[in-house]
Amino acid sequence: MKRTIFVVAVIVLAGLLSGTFEAIHPFGVPSDTAMDDYILQHAPRDRSAQNVVTSMVFDFRGFDTLGEAAVLFTALCSIGALFRDGGKQE
Amino acid sequence: MTDSIVKTLDSVGNAPYFVVALLVLMALTAILTQKNLIKICIAVAILGSSVNLFLVLLGYRDGGSIPIYYLKGAEKGMVLPTPQCLTLTAIVIALATTALMLSLIILIHKHYGTLNIDEIRRLRG
Amino acid sequence: MKPLSVIVTSVCDVFAWFMIVFGVYVINNGHNTPGGGFQGGAIVATFLSFLLVAYGGRRFLSWVREGLYGFLEFVGLMAFFIFGCVGFPNSFFYNSLAIPEGGAPLSNWIPWSGTISLMNIAVGCEVVGALSLVIVYMYSSIRLVDTGAGMGGERGHDRFDR
Repeated sequence: MKRTIFVVAVIVLAGLLSGTFEAIHPFGVPSDTAMDDYILQHAPRDRSAQNVVTSMVFDFRGFDTLGEAAVLFTALCSIGALFRDGGKQE
Repeated sequence: MTDSIVKTLDSVGNAPYFVVALLVLMALTAILTQKNLIKICIAVAILGSSVNLFLVLLGYRDGGSIPIYYLKGAEKGMVLPTPQCLTLTAIVIALATTALMLSLIILIHKHYGTLNIDEIRRLRG
Repeated sequence: MKPLSVIVTSVCDVFAWFMIVFGVYVINNGHNTPGGGFQGGAIVATFLSFLLVAYGGRRFLSWVREGLYGFLEFVGLMAFFIFGCVGFPNSFFYNSLAIPEGGAPLSNWIPWSGTISLMNIAVGCEVVGALSLVIVYMYSSIRLVDTGAGMGGERGHDRFDR
């Protein structure tokens, strides 16, 4: 019973996903590239970065990367807190 | 609906999107029907990877090289760097999430002695 | 987790240090090759899993100093934040140490990329500490479930007590 409901849900989702093939832009031709072209031009000129992706990660979107490092630190703290008691029982 | 699938399969250009949809459906089917917690964890990882693949595919430009001027080939344009940057962020966050998920699975196995979600629900009463 | 045979430990002696060198290479060249702090840190963190798989749990836990990795994590996060604060007259995380080029990018010259390479090293330290501590914590949790109390080698191969 429950499995039948799951299968029906997956089939409905497959229909929805195949419907989106109509709306999406063709592969290899991005629809709006103004921001990326700006970054591709200005990253080596203004910020002297050869690797544009690294320049975005650490320079244009550096605050995002700070949050990413904070997420990693939070996961580490959670794992340490989960296993803190178990590690000392032996 | 089927016409769009057939059209997508006919034009090889849009085949990567079809692969992404297939991966998403496989992962969702595994999440909804599997009973083992480890298999559910693997399915969640596959779902995240398929979303990352979709993000990178959105930024591909025909005949573009990698967005590194130092290693650029003879191509004119470059692929879009923004989806790659977002994917880099998403990969690290997926890593942290997977580590936390596996730790919780270890604790569940220590507490209940099983990984079957039906048995865990029954043991809990 | 029991130690594996002498073949595995010999290969580990060679490749574990190679993984550290390769990871540091990826971290330090993150500003002009594919890679960077996160990827190189993940490569360096495989060093501990090499040691754990090859040499077994008890020697692994006698080698690991958790304070070192906690210190790496702390230093990496604080250095990352401070390098972000360097560009404060303009904006947070502004690359103010970089030398901007006048015209088109030069293709055959490796430029000094400002705080990007410094932040790569900081994030590399942070990821090395975090992933190594995750490996240590998760192993020390499954140590309680491990019922094999004997410290012998792999069964059926050459045994040697460690």
